[in-house]
Parts: sequence; structure tokens; C-alpha cells
Amino acid sequence: MNFFEFLQQNRAELLALTREHLLLVFVSTAFAVLIGVPLGILLTRKKSLQPWVLGIANILQTIPSLALFGLLIPIAYIGGIGAKTAVIALTLYSFLPIIRNTVTGISGVDARTREAAVAMGMTDWQILRMVELPLSAPVILTGIRVAVVIAVGVATVAAAVGAGGLGTYIFRGLRQNDNNLLLAGALSSAILALFCDFALGQFEKSFDYKKRAEKSRRKLIAGGALVVILAVFGFSLIQNPKSKIQNTDVIRVGSKDFTESVILAEILAQMLEKRGISVERKFELGGNLAHDALVSNNLDVYPEYTGTAYTAILKQKPITDTRQVYDETKQAYGEKFDLSLSPPLGFSNDFAILIRGDAARKNNLQTISDAVPLSKNWQAGFGQDFMSRADGYAGFAQKYNFNFAKQPREMDLSLTYRALQSGQLDIIAGNSTDGLISALDLFQLADDKKYFPPYQAVYIARNDKTEILRETFEKLNSAISTEEMRRLNYAVDGEKLAPQQAAENWLKEKGF
Amino acid sequence: MSEMPNKTVKFRNAGFQIDGTKILDDLNLEVAKGEILVLLGESGCGKTTTLKLINRLYEPTSGEVLVEGKATTDWDAIILRRRIGYVLQEAGLFPHFTVAENVALVPGLENWNKAEINSKITEMLELVGLNPSKFAARFPHELSGGQRQRVGVARALAANPDLLLLDEPFGALDALTRVNLQKEFARTVKALGKTAVFVTHDLHEAFILGTRICLMDKGKIAFLGTPENFRKSDLPLVRNYLETIE
Repeated sequence: MNFFEFLQQNRAELLALTREHLLLVFVSTAFAVLIGVPLGILLTRKKSLQPWVLGIANILQTIPSLALFGLLIPIAYIGGIGAKTAVIALTLYSFLPIIRNTVTGISGVDARTREAAVAMGMTDWQILRMVELPLSAPVILTGIRVAVVIAVGVATVAAAVGAGGLGTYIFRGLRQNDNNLLLAGALSSAILALFCDFALGQFEKSFDYKKRAEKSRRKLIAGGALVVILAVFGFSLIQNPKSKIQNTDVIRVGSKDFTESVILAEILAQMLEKRGISVERKFELGGNLAHDALVSNNLDVYPEYTGTAYTAILKQKPITDTRQVYDETKQAYGEKFDLSLSPPLGFSNDFAILIRGDAARKNNLQTISDAVPLSKNWQAGFGQDFMSRADGYAGFAQKYNFNFAKQPREMDLSLTYRALQSGQLDIIAGNSTDGLISALDLFQLADDKKYFPPYQAVYIARNDKTEILRETFEKLNSAISTEEMRRLNYAVDGEKLAPQQAAENWLKEKGF
Repeated sequence: MSEMPNKTVKFRNAGFQIDGTKILDDLNLEVAKGEILVLLGESGCGKTTTLKLINRLYEPTSGEVLVEGKATTDWDAIILRRRIGYVLQEAGLFPHFTVAENVALVPGLENWNKAEINSKITEMLELVGLNPSKFAARFPHELSGGQRQRVGVARALAANPDLLLLDEPFGALDALTRVNLQKEFARTVKALGKTAVFVTHDLHEAFILGTRICLMDKGKIAFLGTPENFRKSDLPLVRNYLETIE
């Protein structure tokens, strides 16, 4: 699919994301102006405060954006996930250029002009309103313009906290290795930044009293640009009248930021909707955000893996007994977080030791142990993650007594699949549900010595919602086989089907 | 405390210091109604400070300054300043206001009605020799230095103040423009019966404009008297000044 076909097919979603993006930038810039400009004015009156306030604004600006978003999540009231957190983070980022330029602009008014204003008998308020603000308006507007351009860029990161915007495409593109998504997200936000820059630039120049002739024309252009933005905006509000009422019957379904998690969340969401339960989707949350959101009551349910919950969240040492991991996780979650685990969905997303299908058939290989005697001259290749983690390569090679003649190649995980298929590699470690396993005719060797900890798929839910969810959880108990999950993943990653569509197809097939 | 009403401004033992540095020391000076007093001196002698004490841009740190018989610190600063016309070097016009808007500033602050303001703009521009239909809508940066200074004078006179303060208004102009403006200004002020305090470091200007000259040196009055007496004085500092124009 080329880029233009992609744009055509996805223009509705792209428009919606652009709208979300603009809303984030607008609201946060508006807050930053409403707070920043008066603060800047105050600083010109109380100069002793300047180093403090500007220092703090400076520090805020130096915090990496992802870190700032992360820091805000656990904070009550202002934090959490979603647009609110993003707006607060963006507002904090916008402060520095706005406050600084307000101070610089007003301090830059000619001392003689100010003296004349005082000597004419103007009050402080009149001096501010009639002399200082009009004369510093271009400088203040430059600050706002810089803030807006920065905000358009930083807002792409907001997708990581579930605030939507064009970053959704960028993150999804990175994850799925899809250049169309990446390009659509990055290009759109770049164009948006340039457009805002241009429109505000025109507006700014209309304040230049030395270019009177061009004044009205520039105001017209800037006004026109503003109208375009507002139109896109108003249009969106009519299309999507979002109910702001926090209905208790609404189930907030979350997902982590990779395809499989999105599909599983979508399956659950659609099944709930079929039961007439309203669903709010908060998908593609990075890192442990989904867990944090669940604990802080910003989310009700999301798909997780027992192994991840056990090691990454409960901080336990990896163990290999599937049942034990499930039971211990379930118990600890109930006690520590007041969260519950659904029954297993039927498949695990473990590390999968993969070889070519024809090699497996020719030598009749079933388990990893079967492959050890043949593997002396094999070229192995593993992702960085597998090479470095506790339950990764070192323990694996030791457990099975692998003795590769050639040093395994450490490379990008997604590339190892292709390299295996084309014969450049002979054995790799992938993820057991990866759609490429079936699509590229690869074979997963069974972990007969039980080296890898189990990563059973389950849903994790808040205890106060388990009553509503139980019926659906029971239906999904052992309902998805590894092979089915591979197909679902491939439908999205390989065939570029929307996760909603893939989930819908699967539900139909299953008769749910 | 009431004073003789014919004394528009009176300095009584007025002193001014910043961070312990004495700028003015025990100044006693009276400005009579209708006279043009020229404050003459080198930069740093305290002449501009003296001027700024009158419209309370500064407040005396000792003694007092009386305007129309009332200490400046007893005046509401805003009311006081609106009764006093003020002209700065390079005019100090508001660059984002047109000529008309600049002239109309104080009447506007005083909430005159529109018709009054408009006729005042016309009257003032004609008074300072600028054709209203040609200049009213221009911005300061579209004027020559001399024209800007004329607008500055028009602005200072617009609200009919009895007292004008001028801080080296013609200092940055070329010689020919300066002489013209000085003569015109002297004529206008005398015709209108205004009182003026005029700061300059130029003795020529002092002679053209002043009804009295106050020569200042290191925060004190070195000489105070008419231009004729100034010429006759044998004070060394006065002689030095006179030598510059002979």
C-alpha cells in the first residue's frame, strides 16, 4: 500500500487525531497564556521574583517530555492518564517561552517612552494597557508562537499516556515497523507546526506599527488561519459529542502499546458492547502505565501476561511452573492492589525458539533438546532483549547445553525473522504468538526442559468491576489458541487490518 | 500651608540622594508665574533631577518642593502630572500612537469628549506649525526630528497646563532646526502666558529662551539671575560658559 492510498483509507482517523492534537495544543497554550502572561507582568513589577520563577520554568523545560508525562501519572487529581495529564504537561512546557518573552518584551520598552507615560499622568494600569502591552505584543506573541510550535511537537508524546493525537500514529508506526503510519503521524504534526507558526507569525506582524499598510492584510490572513483551525475543531465537536458524564456502567478498557494487547482489549470491548455495556477505550498505554492506571482508578481492565505481572510488577524471580505463576500472581494482586485476574485466555506469549519449518520437518525436530545435537554449526541470532535479560540467552544455552561454534548475532528482533527465513540465521528466539511465525513458515521448538517462564495471557480487572466482567471472562476462558493469536496478530501487522476489524472477524468466527 | 499664589514652584531646602550619594543639596529656588527659568549646567549637575522633583517623578529626600503652594508629596501624583506639561529629549512620543493620538493623550486620560479632543488636536498642531490634515494620521517614525519635537510640545500643551517642564527637548536636533524651534517656542510660551522650567546645557539656548538663568554645579546653585546679570557676572564658572560663545 503506498502512502497516498494509506492516507485515503485512513483520512477519517487522521483527521480525528489531528483534531485531538490541536485540542491538546490549544487548551494547553490557552492555559499557559492565561497564567504565563500575568505572571510575566508581575515579574516586571517584582523583579526580585524573576530568577526564581524563570529558573523553575527553565527546569520544567529541561525535563524530557516522556519523563514529565511519567512523573505526572501517579499524582492525584492533576495526574492519571488521558488528555488532562497531557494538557498539564504541555502547559508546563509552554510556560518558559511565554513568561520569558513577556518579561523581555515589557522590559524592552524604551525608558523614555515609559518616562513620558509616567510624566503624562498615566496610572500603572494605563501604562500597562496603553503603552507596555501594545509595544511588547510582538515579542510576547513570538513567545506564544514558540510555545505553540514546541507544544505541537511535544504533544506527539502525549499518545503514550493515552491522550491521543498524532503521536498515536507515530508510536503505532514504530511498533509495527510501518512507514506509512510513521510518515502520516510525523508529517502531519510537522505540517501542523509550520501552519501554526505561519499563522501566528502573520498575526504577530500585524502588531508592527511600522508596517501599517500590511497590517489589515496580515490580520486577515491570520484570522483566516484561525477560522480554518476553529472550523476543523467545531466540526469535530459536532461529529463526536463526547459525553462527559462518568457513568458507573461504563467499563474503561485499556491496552498496552503493542498489537496483541490492542487486539485482546478490542475483543473484550466488543463483547462487552454486545452485552449493552458502554465501553471507554484507553488503548496503547506504554510501559507499566496500564497497571498504574488500573491501581489509580483511571482504568477498569486491560490484558496482561502472568509472567510480566509476576516479574515486572510483583518483582519476583522468574519461575517456570505455569500454574504456580498464575496462582501466586492472582493472590498477590488481590492482596496488594485489590485487582483480580481473569481465567487464562488459552495461549501464552512466551519466548519461542524458532527454526525454519522445512528444517524441522526434514529432521523431525519437535523440542529444543532435539535440536541441540544438530546445532553445532548453526548461526544463531537474537534480539537485544533476549541477549541481556535474566531469563534470556545465557541461562538458556546453559540449560540446554547449546554449544554454537559461531557467536550468536545480536540484532533487531523484527529482522531476525526475515534473516531466519532467508537462511542467514538458523535459530532465533521470537515471541510465540508472532503472526510472522505462521506467515513465514517457521517452527516453534517446544521448551521441553521448561526453561522459559510462562507468559499466559489474562485480563486484569479492578475488583469492583469483576461482577460485570465475570460473564465475559468465562466465555473467553481458554478461548484463544496460540495459532489463533498468531493469525490475529498477522491480520493486523501483516495484512494491515484494523485491530477492531480483526477482533470483529474473530468474534464472528467464534460465534460470540 | 499657603504660599504666595504668584510662585508657581518653590523649592524649600530640597535635597535628593540615591543610595547615600547626594545629587541635590539644600536647594532653594522659586519660579514665578509666567517666567521661563532655564536650568543650565553640565551633565550630572542635578538639573534634570531638579526638574523631575517638580512633577514628582522623584520625591525629595529632604526639604520639600511646592507646586501651587502645595508640597508635591501632598498632591495626588496622577493629578499633579496631568496639570503639568512635560517634554523630553527626542520628544518621548509613543511610537505606536499617531501624531493625533499622541497629542490627544492627556485630554483622553481626562475624559474630554470627542469633539473637544478633535478641535484641540487641530488647534495644537496649528500652534506648533504642523498642518493637521497632513500630519495627524502619521506615526512618529514617519516624521523628522524637528517635527517630532513639535508634536512633543503640542502634546505637552494639549491639556492647557499652566506649567511646562522641558528636559533638553531640542538637544538632538541639527543647529538650524534647533534655532528655529527655540525662537518659535519662546514666542508661543510667552504668548500663552505659560510658566516653564527648561533644562539645557547650551548657553545659546539659555539666552534665547530664559527670563532667568539658574546655573547649577555639583547639586547646588552657582548662579541665579537674569541673562543680563549672567553676562556681567564675574564668577569663574559663568566666565567659562561665556567664553564658549565668544
